[in-house]
Amino acid sequence: MLEINNLHVKLEDEDKAILKGLSLDIPAGAVHAIMGPNGSGKSTLSYVLSGRGGYEVTDGTAKLDGEDLLDMDPEERAAAGLFLAFQYPVEIPGVGNMTFLRTAMNSQRKARGEPELSSGDFLKLVRAKAKDLKIDADMLKRPVNVGFSGGEKKRNEILQMAMLEPRMCILDETDSGLDVDAMKLVADGVNALRSEGRSFLVITHYQRLLDHIKPDVVHIMADGRIIKTGGPELALEVENNGYADLLSEVSA
Amino acid sequence: MNTAAAPNTRAGRLAARLAATETRLSGLVLPDSAGWLARARAAALGRVKAMGLPGKRDEYWRFTDPADLLTPEAKPAEVFQITDEPEMFMGIDRLKIVFVDGVFSPDDSDPLDGEGLEITRLSDVAATDIHWAQDLYGTLEAEGQAPVQRPMAALNTARATDGILIRVTAAVTRPVSLVYQRRGDCADLILHHLIRVEGGAQMTLLENGPGAARASIVTEVELADDAQLHHVRAMGRDHQRRAHTHMFARLGARAQFKSFTLTMNGALVRNESMVWLNGENGVAHLAGAALGDGMFHHDDTVFVTHAAPGCESRQVFKKVLHHGAVGVFQGKILVKQPAQLTDGYQLSQSLLMDDACQFLAKPELEIYADDVKCSHGSTSGEIDTDQLFYLRARGVPEDEAKQLLILAFLAEALDEIERQDLAEDMRLRLKRWLNRHAD
Repeated sequence: MLEINNLHVKLEDEDKAILKGLSLDIPAGAVHAIMGPNGSGKSTLSYVLSGRGGYEVTDGTAKLDGEDLLDMDPEERAAAGLFLAFQYPVEIPGVGNMTFLRTAMNSQRKARGEPELSSGDFLKLVRAKAKDLKIDADMLKRPVNVGFSGGEKKRNEILQMAMLEPRMCILDETDSGLDVDAMKLVADGVNALRSEGRSFLVITHYQRLLDHIKPDVVHIMADGRIIKTGGPELALEVENNGYADLLSEVSA
Repeated sequence: MNTAAAPNTRAGRLAARLAATETRLSGLVLPDSAGWLARARAAALGRVKAMGLPGKRDEYWRFTDPADLLTPEAKPAEVFQITDEPEMFMGIDRLKIVFVDGVFSPDDSDPLDGEGLEITRLSDVAATDIHWAQDLYGTLEAEGQAPVQRPMAALNTARATDGILIRVTAAVTRPVSLVYQRRGDCADLILHHLIRVEGGAQMTLLENGPGAARASIVTEVELADDAQLHHVRAMGRDHQRRAHTHMFARLGARAQFKSFTLTMNGALVRNESMVWLNGENGVAHLAGAALGDGMFHHDDTVFVTHAAPGCESRQVFKKVLHHGAVGVFQGKILVKQPAQLTDGYQLSQSLLMDDACQFLAKPELEIYADDVKCSHGSTSGEIDTDQLFYLRARGVPEDEAKQLLILAFLAEALDEIERQDLAEDMRLRLKRWLNRHAD
């Protein structure tokens, strides 16, 4: 589903390389996790894949079901089925959460040549999905993420994911700032979306999220590259021994 | 020894200004009137001559050049025909009072009566004694000359031949709607309105239309205790017009005054508001949304005086500027010593869509009471790139995302409109403007 090949990325305004030949292949239905120390380029990868400005791809490719992602505008990537759950969801004062969700859904439908959702159908859908994530009516009415707690913001991300039903979900440190209960709720939301046709890339610092969202494959990223790939046991190894051993093992 | 002050001193400049004012007004003949109105006009002309007409060097005109407001003739301005959206307030049941190029048009207007309303034309009052009007005409304008001089308002008091006088004696639900239509390219409109809302009475006042090539509109509003006036104004879309309005409002105890202005386009618009909260627990909200592209200069100049305890005032002014458009905000909250427990809020913001635009703001607080809550904020900036990316990452196309963010930016000003149907109508018009000016 997602194929990244030899991706090189630098900052647009600075001569600073961040991704240095990253390759990754996530088949349909798979859950891959990327772990890595601070500054290894994990968040940059999520931003580059979703099309945020400020980065320059100097080499390599990233494809979603064979289509060149890097050639698309962010909105085209979203309509193609890519979704990034933000590490820091953005507050948008003045735009109601419902308006936001509805505009996003209908924009994507329009881009795919599908009819817009009626307001009745939309309401029904959003209420049902919100209930699963324990998002109350008040949170739906408030401006996007404004006054939301850290946990509420992350649940709101998962609500958007549940509504938009993307094929390829990237979760960027969705566990950061969450207490155990909130993490469980978020993980349940993600697990409910797991299906044959949907893939996940879970970016995290810590193994604990992976207790709840069980990955098929775990990658360790350092200095802009994947340095080791393995099964879920790799996450446990990191949890127990830290990154230092792995890093020295690779450089040795 | 030469007794004339040197031209480069303050006294010298004043002397030169008064001489220039004398010259400019030498040919001026005041409208034919008798009795109290003639006296009020003569007194107003006296005020103008004592102050002198404004100049670019005046502190209060530092950001807006008054030259085009002062010329004997109005600069011609092409009449802008609106064909792409319904007439303003069309769906609203209202009492319509129409002025064409600044002259009352009985044929286009509804009969000037309604329950709880006494409506008279200024041009009809000269011979009669309407006591409330006599007490009000030029009174608030004269009071509003301090601490900041507003000679253009005094000139309006002296020269206005038409205008509408409304006394409200009950809670009136059907809005009174003043419509300023344009026909000629050169019309120079001078209107002076008086509104007195009696104790416990209420009214909604709507104003719309560009008015003329050049418009001077002064409105004096007196709100008795527990009276309410809601004012919603849309100034038309004419690109070349110039307008200078003054709104003077004096509020009694627990009175409410809420005013919202939508401005799109216009070579020069200066809207001045002067509000006195003179009774306990009065409420004054002044808000505006202004959108300009290119040749656009919009100036909101606001002065709110808290003179009694427990009053609330809000100023919320938002501007969206494209292609070198200029926005100005001069806003002041003056809290006098007796006005304890004042709640004052002032916000002026502009969204600069490109580097050529300018926003010039002078927010001021002057507080003599010690137990008050006053805040002010003034910002100018671009569309937030993080917000834009967030929307796009959810599939919203760039133009639509920008529009959503601009409307969100304007929302706080629109929230000041009391009636939801009017607010929604304004929102649609803003949206259409943004569609026309998306790039």
